[in-house]
Amino acid sequence: MERIPILRMGKLLLVTIQVDMHDRLAMTLQDDLTSRIVKDKAKGVLIDISALDIVDSFIGRMISNTASMARILDAKTVVVGMQPAVAITLVELGLALDGVITALNVERGIQMLEQHSDQ
Amino acid sequence: MSFEVQDTKHAPLKTDEDVVKMRKLVREEMTAMGFGLVDQTKIITAASELARNTLRYGGGGDGEILRISNGIKIGVELRFIDQGPGIEDLELALTDGYTSGGGLGLGLSGSKRLADEFEIDTAPGQGTTVTIRKWKML
Ligand SMILES: Nc1ncnc2c1ncn2[C@@H]1O[C@H](COP(=O)(O)OP(=O)(O)OP(=O)(O)O)[C@@H](O)[C@H]1O
Ligand SMILES: [Mg+2]
Repeated sequence: MERIPILRMGKLLLVTIQVDMHDRLAMTLQDDLTSRIVKDKAKGVLIDISALDIVDSFIGRMISNTASMARILDAKTVVVGMQPAVAITLVELGLALDGVITALNVERGIQMLEQHSDQ
Repeated sequence: MSFEVQDTKHAPLKTDEDVVKMRKLVREEMTAMGFGLVDQTKIITAASELARNTLRYGGGGDGEILRISNGIKIGVELRFIDQGPGIEDLELALTDGYTSGGGLGLGLSGSKRLADEFEIDTAPGQGTTVTIRKWKML
């Protein structure tokens, strides 16, 4: 089955979404991330969406759900690289990515997560 | 408003992968027509929502991508057609946050905001057709 790879970097998990995801693939990623947080005892999850040219309600919900589950497992989620056109569209769609922290780029995202995991 | 259809493309909507294909077709069409990135992103996002509804609630159906012109402006029209159960209470379905399927209830209301024009033709037992349009600024 098609899967999006999850990389581990110390206490962080990194995901770069590089394909235009269909819904089953997004669901699989959400499940995979949740189990990897437990298995790898991760303190942070970084999701790079700079290659995504749209975020619709389904992908948005996947990201919010992942962040909520991560929080329960004491890990923090940061989404990086959202394209400006995507951000504009999300607002008009009415989708507030509740509880999701965003950062401009991967470096900033990692900094934010490392501060959290050092605490 | 009356307008003329210059070209029609068809996209079946039977699987998750078909939704991705329709997004790609809309992108190609709007790029070829010279739409800007923000307009493209808005309409592809709306297309993704409406195509998913066709699949989830309509039991699958067909998408159409039309190039239209009203003599002054050109635009893109997208249609999402199914022969599913139809929508009983349209006002409710168009309310932000209403969902019958565990979604966020933003697909219809959000798509309406993202497009210039939005129409629904539906009746219980008669299927549903949603049409959206975006005109290109001159
Ligand atoms: N093609 C359709 N056929 C039948 N019912 C539909 C169709 N499209 C939408 N609906 C009904 O309208 C409701 C609202 O749709 P909308 O797309 O706004 O929200 P949703 O699909 O439930 O959630 P979301 O799209 O935010 O994940 C749906 O829950 C469903 O009951
Ligand atoms: Mg929907």
